[in-house]
Amino acid sequence: MIRLENVVKRYRTRAGMHTVLDRVSLEVRKGDKLGILGRNGAGKSTLIRIISGAELPNRGRVARQMAVSWPLAFSGAFQGSLTGLDNLRFICRVYGADFHAARPFVEEFSELGKYLREPVKTYSSGMRARLAFAVSMAIEFDCFLIDEVIAVGDARFHEKCRRELFEKRSDRAMIMVSHESHNIREHCTRACVLDKGSLREFATVDAAYSDYGRV
Amino acid sequence: MREIITRYGRHNIGFMWVFVEPMMFTGGVLALWSLIHAHSARLPLVPFVVTGYSTVLLWRNTVNRCGNAVEPNRALLHHRNVRVIDLFIARLLLEVAGTTLSFMTLTTLLTLAGLMPPPDDLLKCIGAWLLLAWFAVALGLIIGSLSTAFDPVERVWHVLSYLFLPLSGAFYMVDWLPATVQPLALLLPTVNCTELLRDGFFGSDIHPHYSLLYVAVANTALLLIGLLSTRLASVTVEGE
Repeated sequence: MIRLENVVKRYRTRAGMHTVLDRVSLEVRKGDKLGILGRNGAGKSTLIRIISGAELPNRGRVARQMAVSWPLAFSGAFQGSLTGLDNLRFICRVYGADFHAARPFVEEFSELGKYLREPVKTYSSGMRARLAFAVSMAIEFDCFLIDEVIAVGDARFHEKCRRELFEKRSDRAMIMVSHESHNIREHCTRACVLDKGSLREFATVDAAYSDYGRV
Repeated sequence: MREIITRYGRHNIGFMWVFVEPMMFTGGVLALWSLIHAHSARLPLVPFVVTGYSTVLLWRNTVNRCGNAVEPNRALLHHRNVRVIDLFIARLLLEVAGTTLSFMTLTTLLTLAGLMPPPDDLLKCIGAWLLLAWFAVALGLIIGSLSTAFDPVERVWHVLSYLFLPLSGAFYMVDWLPATVQPLALLLPTVNCTELLRDGFFGSDIHPHYSLLYVAVANTALLLIGLLSTRLASVTVEGE
């Protein structure tokens, strides 16, 4: 289970402190599929990063009782000067996974071939996303945090991602941010709307979307 | 956790450079000084320059590396187990180990070559080195976390460290200074450490001035400030 209690996050801007999240509370149980809706800049990615622990809240508590992934997004998570394999080795150590067990899966799934031995900064964004997806599947998380990156690459790879994440791992929890409503409608069972720093929870995705339509 | 990141640091830089570079630096300066005879005859030139420059490199390189520790590794902060302080610790360990290794190699080589007498009291040398490393770590944390929050800090630090260079104790002995200036010089932890290091090398040939208690107190205070500012920095730092 993941529990957020009265989380406040502020950023410093030229015009003073800007409050992105204002006393947000949230609970996610094992197997939950939660979508987060919100306008651009509403703080969806910030919320995801706080849930993952990549950023610390200014106030409030975050409790995690399951293995939560890092935010799967288009950027971040890899050290650019290291090769793909070195990054995998590093991430395996950080999360206590076995590198030698994970390596064949990542090699096979990412389809990066010899590029796994090149520094990540030479990758295209598609290659980077493929690596990120493969690495996150190689480590067994209970909850995946997905920031817009649901499926990457061409249609075939798309399909592979979908099978790995939504079919083989359908028992896991998932928190998803996406502007594509069909993704949220297809994969989430409930949703929240993030608006002006506060989070409104809805029991169904449709209810959340009708509220979001008014924002 | 520490080891993990330190290990990856090894991939970053060609491993050898970690200690070859400071060695080349000290060696080059040594050659230059020998050529121009810019040195007063009060002490043997070689050990004086080696002890001076190695100490400068220890604190200066270590702190410099911290100034830019976060930016290239910002992406790694996506993982919750990786904190800002881990990035600092990794660089600190690597840099201290590198300069220590180069100092040891250089002194051993020069001693074997007969250019330099063996240390008079090895324990004092090690003590001085450790105290100075402690100072460098504390200052590194402070400069590192401040420059994460405010970009100008790193630039100002580069200027300051340059100005600080002649004051740091690398090129003089406190005993040579007028009596009125001596207490001022001893306010700097680096001066105390360099004096202790040279005491260990030259033994009774010189009259060192230092206070270990003062260095320990100053280091502790700096380390506390460093840890606090790192704590603040890890709340403010933003992901990619």
